[in-house]
Amino acid sequence: MSISEAALLPPVPVPDEVSRPFWDGCRRKELLMQRCASCQRYRFHPREMCPHCRSMAAEWRPVSGRGLIFSKVVCHPPVLPAFQDRVPYAVVLVELEEDPNLRLVGNVLDVPPDRVRIGSPVHVAFQEISEEITLPQWRLA
Amino acid sequence: MARELWRKAAIVGIAQSGFSKNIGRSERSLAVEVVRNALAEAGLAPEDVDGLVRFDLENTTEAEIARNLGIPNLRFFAEVGYGGGGGCATLSLAAMAVESGRAEVVVCWRARNRGSGGRPWAGTRMEVGGDQQWYIPWGLVRPVDQIAMLAARHMHEFGTTSEQFGAVAVAFRKHAQRNPHAMMRDPMTIEDHQNSRMISEPLRKFDCCLETDGALAVVVTTPERARNLKQRPVAILGAAQGMGPDHVVMANYHKERFLETPSLFAAREVYAQAGVEPRDIDCAQWYDAFTPLVILSLEEYGFCKPGEGGPFSENGRLEWPDGALPSNTSGGGLSEAYVHGFNLILEGVRQMRGTSTCQVEDAELCLVTSGGGVPTSAAILART
Ligand SMILES: [Zn+2]
Repeated sequence: MSISEAALLPPVPVPDEVSRPFWDGCRRKELLMQRCASCQRYRFHPREMCPHCRSMAAEWRPVSGRGLIFSKVVCHPPVLPAFQDRVPYAVVLVELEEDPNLRLVGNVLDVPPDRVRIGSPVHVAFQEISEEITLPQWRLA
Repeated sequence: MARELWRKAAIVGIAQSGFSKNIGRSERSLAVEVVRNALAEAGLAPEDVDGLVRFDLENTTEAEIARNLGIPNLRFFAEVGYGGGGGCATLSLAAMAVESGRAEVVVCWRARNRGSGGRPWAGTRMEVGGDQQWYIPWGLVRPVDQIAMLAARHMHEFGTTSEQFGAVAVAFRKHAQRNPHAMMRDPMTIEDHQNSRMISEPLRKFDCCLETDGALAVVVTTPERARNLKQRPVAILGAAQGMGPDHVVMANYHKERFLETPSLFAAREVYAQAGVEPRDIDCAQWYDAFTPLVILSLEEYGFCKPGEGGPFSENGRLEWPDGALPSNTSGGGLSEAYVHGFNLILEGVRQMRGTSTCQVEDAELCLVTSGGGVPTSAAILART
């Protein structure tokens, strides 16, 4: 692949020791969130320690994949070459029903940006972008 | 008493380069020149310098500054992180150094060719790790996108309008028109703001700061040393940093109070150090990479209630000379220059010296703030 072709691919997440279960779940089309195994509170971004009880024991829980659009922007040029063919495109923040502090950045699939509104209910959809990586995305419920 | 404590440090010299989109010189050449000129303005020699503080993103090192200026020895040098959040934090470190005796003359500077040097986000890597893995892959790439996410929620919760963002840009442009060094001096109306193109909806082109090549420096020393120098010293009454809970740099979306930013925490700390309240402040220099950051700051620094930053910015309240809180009186990042907010510090110094091109009459206290959406800092400067 030439450098110019590579620039047209969107940046891909690189799973690390802490985030790998999330990305592995997405590949299986399961949305998992990290939860403290000691006090049972969710946290995001995933991290080594529970900021509430300081336990380092964590588990990955399947969540419903339902949420509400909490905020939204619409990106216009100039954007990265990889996103050029999508402009204008909406990026949303989705608040999961399990816990209002769990907010995921995403896109709403298959609708124009002006149909994406704060407060609208959405459910998760999975978009495979490479062999290793599947992104959690959203559809209007 | 806090006031007395912080009267232990003063700003005694300032210097800046020209500001332009393409200045045609290296960052290092700008950096060494403004450091030299700030010392000369103070009436100090490079031999007097024993401390330097810089941004960690600064490309010129302390060693390069010292080698160019012939500074015989540095016994204090430090770097502040988090981009535009670091401006007033350089003052905080310098003040702590001179108060404690770790150094006597400390220079802080920022040199950045952001106009000709390209947009950092354009260099986003094809593979993103760490915090970036949670927002870049969906196209939330540019700082404007990351701040627009806060702005959209503020509009949704409080009914803040794009015209209110525009009022911030229009006010600062008016001030820039009186500043011969400002990059943008054409008049701007709310209509012009509304007609500027969308960049990251709800934010338009005129909600975004300039892209500037330029450099600035300030010299900090003890009040004793300050007394016998060339300029009227400006006291650093408070200089504070703040981060707040659950912080994610720029994409700070995962804490309980979504619209709370590090500024709230820097605000508490800087007022406590200075022993003053918002109503004591005569003018402000707000970090204004994007207009909604000013609206959030008006709330978090206590000039209005949460959610009321939009209406507060209207009706000329931020405008010199008649507004309740003349703000960004040199034009700020939106219309003077965007050098990671460092030009805001110099305008604060000019206000306290009485030499601003939009001089607030009898001004005694000026609030200066640094980056929003990142771990931040703030300073309260006082006339002496
Ligand atoms: Zn816990």
